[in-house]
Amino acid sequence: MSETVAAPTASEARAPSAGAVVSARDLTRRYGEGDTAVDALRGISLDVPKGQLTAVMGPSGSGKSTLMHILAGLDKPTSGEVTIAGTEISKLNDSDLTKLRREHIGFIFQFFNLLPMLTAEENVVLPLSIAGEKPEKAWVDELIEKIGLSDRRKHRPSELSGGQQQRVAIGRALVSRPSIIFADEPTGNLDSKTSGEILELLNRSVQELEQTIVMVTHESRAAAIADRVLFLADGVIVRESKDISAQDVVTAMDELGG
Amino acid sequence: MTKFALRALLGRKLRTALTAFAIVLGVATVSGTYVLTDSIDKAFGSIFTDSRKGSDAVISGKSAFKLGDGMGVSAPAFDQGLLEKVRALPEVAEADGSVNGEAQLIGKDGKAIVYGGAPNLGFSIARGASPFNPLSLVAGSWPGKNEVVIDKSTARKEHFTIGQNIRVQAVGPVQQLKLSGIVKFGSVGTIGGATLAGFDLPTAQSLFGKPGKLDEIAVASKSGVPTTRLLGQVRGILPKDTEVRTGQAQAHEDGRDTNQFISFLQKFLLGFAGVALFVGSFVIANSLSITIAQRTRELATLRTLGASRRQVLRSIILEALVMGIFAATVGLFAGLALAKGLFKLFDAVGFTLPNNGLTFETRTVVVSLLVGIVVTLLASLRPAMRATRVPPIAAVREGATLPDSRFARYRSTASVLLAALGFAALLWGLFAPGLGTTGVLLFMLGGALLVFFGIALLSVKLVPPLAGALGWPATKIGGSAGALARENSQRNPQRTASTASALMIGLALVTLVSMLAAGIITSFKTSVVKIWKNADYAITAQNNFSPIPVAAADAIAKTPGVISVGNVRAGETRAFGKTINTTAVNPATTRMFSLDWKEGSGAVLATLGEDGAFVDKGYAKSHGLEVGSPVPLTFPDGSKELFYVKGIFAPPTGGSPFGPVTISAASFDRHVDRPQNLYSFVLMNGGQTTANEAALDRTLRSFPNTKAATRQKFIDNQISGLKSVLNILYVLLALSVVVSLFGIVNTLVLTVFERTREIGMLRAIGMTRRQIRRMVRHESVITALIGAVIGIALGIVLAALLIARVDFIVLSVPVGQLIIFGIAAIFVGILAAIFPARRAARLNVLQALQYE
Ligand SMILES: Nc1ncnc2c1ncn2[C@@H]1O[C@H](COP(=O)(O)OP(=O)(O)O)[C@@H](O)[C@H]1O
Ligand SMILES: [Mg+2]
Repeated sequence: MSETVAAPTASEARAPSAGAVVSARDLTRRYGEGDTAVDALRGISLDVPKGQLTAVMGPSGSGKSTLMHILAGLDKPTSGEVTIAGTEISKLNDSDLTKLRREHIGFIFQFFNLLPMLTAEENVVLPLSIAGEKPEKAWVDELIEKIGLSDRRKHRPSELSGGQQQRVAIGRALVSRPSIIFADEPTGNLDSKTSGEILELLNRSVQELEQTIVMVTHESRAAAIADRVLFLADGVIVRESKDISAQDVVTAMDELGG
Repeated sequence: MTKFALRALLGRKLRTALTAFAIVLGVATVSGTYVLTDSIDKAFGSIFTDSRKGSDAVISGKSAFKLGDGMGVSAPAFDQGLLEKVRALPEVAEADGSVNGEAQLIGKDGKAIVYGGAPNLGFSIARGASPFNPLSLVAGSWPGKNEVVIDKSTARKEHFTIGQNIRVQAVGPVQQLKLSGIVKFGSVGTIGGATLAGFDLPTAQSLFGKPGKLDEIAVASKSGVPTTRLLGQVRGILPKDTEVRTGQAQAHEDGRDTNQFISFLQKFLLGFAGVALFVGSFVIANSLSITIAQRTRELATLRTLGASRRQVLRSIILEALVMGIFAATVGLFAGLALAKGLFKLFDAVGFTLPNNGLTFETRTVVVSLLVGIVVTLLASLRPAMRATRVPPIAAVREGATLPDSRFARYRSTASVLLAALGFAALLWGLFAPGLGTTGVLLFMLGGALLVFFGIALLSVKLVPPLAGALGWPATKIGGSAGALARENSQRNPQRTASTASALMIGLALVTLVSMLAAGIITSFKTSVVKIWKNADYAITAQNNFSPIPVAAADAIAKTPGVISVGNVRAGETRAFGKTINTTAVNPATTRMFSLDWKEGSGAVLATLGEDGAFVDKGYAKSHGLEVGSPVPLTFPDGSKELFYVKGIFAPPTGGSPFGPVTISAASFDRHVDRPQNLYSFVLMNGGQTTANEAALDRTLRSFPNTKAATRQKFIDNQISGLKSVLNILYVLLALSVVVSLFGIVNTLVLTVFERTREIGMLRAIGMTRRQIRRMVRHESVITALIGAVIGIALGIVLAALLIARVDFIVLSVPVGQLIIFGIAAIFVGILAAIFPARRAARLNVLQALQYE
């Protein structure tokens, strides 16, 4: 059972909608100049509602990562605006962006990006220590329990499997209870079984912790847990589906040539 | 974040240790220098205090002005009649008089016993039980008439036994004395290489040519008498050619020259420690830069997790701080070992230093730690600033490069400017009129630092062409491995340049030193050849520079075959308010010297007479002297006399044996107590023949501290002293070369680490371990050669500047030596590559390919 919702019309898209954690308006991004210029994003507007898992799918090179980087404030759009938790970020300087990251943004990377010299637990609480906050013990315990690493707290990343490492990374993203977590292909570097476990963990984060997540993924199974799937092709959103099945995702992707 | 910084260091132990080593060496030199000089200082201090322990006051001869050391002149002795008058004073409990001077002990081989540059102390001992006697008897008895006691270590080394005859020489010819006892000095373990010879008073007076005279009277007051009162009373009866001090003040006075020497030694060694630290700071900065480049992703991840730029900066600086503390602490203790080793080394080469155990002052700890930490921190600033520019997006982007700083495009201009500013400061320091010594040194130091910085920054531009040219042989010798090495060295010019720069500094200084030495040697040779007209032999001290007794020249004059002996005496006088070196010649010198006379002629040497003098051109100019001008001289004995200029000569570039003012030996002897010759020149029938040489040697056997030399031999002898100084300089500069060697090791290790995957790939497509090793080695050699070429070129330029300023050095390029330096650089490269090459070759192909 799938329902296709048209992309928001221009008139609706003017102002960031209330209740959205992240909004983007008319984003474009051009890499390079002149003949070799690449338009990675060509006019994207979207709202990420609070407490939902939004999946971004599309063929390789369609601009998913670029979109993600811009939404997260890692990169600047060529034109357009991004609002995170009510703040328009294009005018922010480095220290305001830092503050924004501390308070509102979590990241999950494809290659985990754990710090090799810190233990699993230390990696998890790192965002708090960076922000100079004392981790609440009960919360950290709960979190480590949730990511299923209670017996691996003191292990170094090199002593953990890929799936375990990604769990640590998820714990790290959740620990500061950010307004939003961005995950770019979090299962891209894992085998199928482990990928399923990671997706399940993300799903539970949304269900149990009401965490807002935007995730780029190639996994058709992600559709089952996503509240909404955005399909990107050639730098534009070509389709937005709610409650789409895994099978429909495969069909949709085939149509997009991915 | 603190935890992160510390863990980051621990996670890279090997790399951290290698990086820190650059600072360890520098700090070790600083702390070693302090420990060494403090220990010597303290040992000498206790020698001087011990020797005055029993004295409440000491009376000594007084010279009219303060005399420098080692010119063979000392304060005139005074009449011994004073001793009875002092003893008669109501507050005086005891008083003894003594004479002293240099006394050579002659070894069984007939040669004077000399340990390194240590003095040969001779003195009279009034009586063994005297409270003023710092010696204690180890065996035998105190000396009586025609007897001598010597120190334990000399007796042991030379196998002297009590009762045997020893030959001793002071001012006159050698005398035979009976060894009556063996003595030991106060509380000091060893008094260094000095030899001790004690005599009874009449024997000493005859040896030192001071019959009826005393050099000193040591006084002890009756108990309860304040020293001031004693001094007051003694002053009441003092003749005007004497003075009195408290025992303590005298000990201080005795130690003045030694203290000056120790403080010079300290500054000298610290200078080299400074160079090593400066080079070390380059190594640290470079290693940190590379490490930070390799940690880009890690740092970017931290930024995405909310770390601010300031936090990144702090964590890098904290790492540097910890590393600095670690390196400085290790260096501090390594310095202790270094000082110990140096004592042993000096001992081994026969230059035993007085040693009373190592002294570890708080100052040593504070300065060493501070210097090590501050240098490391300063070196980490630039890399730390770079680290703050790592953008958060680098966490997700492969091969993200650091954005250039705002100033990047001014870099070339800035480095040219920096170097230019440095050269300007150097030139200003060298040529600007009216700068004091401190000013000159400051400008030169500052200038040199700026030049080194500027050239180091500029060398980025020089790396690609230099690597291309210097890497050419590698491509021929090393095949494909060599070709890859050349490519690799050009891949990251910044890195290659920084690594090479550390070596550049050391080689620039080595080149500078060798150029100056070559210049001095060349100009010295030319001067001797110019001045030395037709003398056949020169008589000098065994060590080539000490003054020799006049008796030696007198004996030579009576040797068969000798036509005439020309003597050059040296001493100090005061003229126009300044103490100057003053020389004196006898008429015979007119046949032996050829000088460039501006006024007068060679005949002046023979016709100086009672009141004639000749002066050098510079002195004449600065004091407005011309022929006939009066020159008032004050002698150490306080007598004043007017001399009249009879000639003005221009000394050759390499200097002359003459001081600014030269008078006749006859006038000189009238005013100087026990005059000595600096050199004597001998003209002989038949010239230089084996027979003549044998005749001279026969005569000189009575003067074991002297030798005869032909002109060529004389030049070689004089230069040999310079050469040993040169060798010491090379050894000390080698220290900074070693530091830069570690810099190369470090860079290579980091580079190999970074190219793990690439090396795995090369191995996978068929490169052998040998080829991998060769590739790393060639890259190392190319880097070292780049440093050598820039360094040698810079050294030549710096030397040319200095030589342009200093009159007595000519510009001469020691091509052979410079080639040797180049070859040495190749060896540095090969040596530095051993460890990294082995690591690279050991990489497991499979793992290397999977390496992420
Ligand atoms: N840093 C960059 N420089 C130039 N082009 C880029 C860069 N990053 C991405 N691109 C281009 O932008 C387009 C979108 O890339 P990306 O956002 O990575 O796509 P996706 O994540 O969907 O595979 C691609 O054509 C890619 O080649
Ligand atoms: Mg992507």
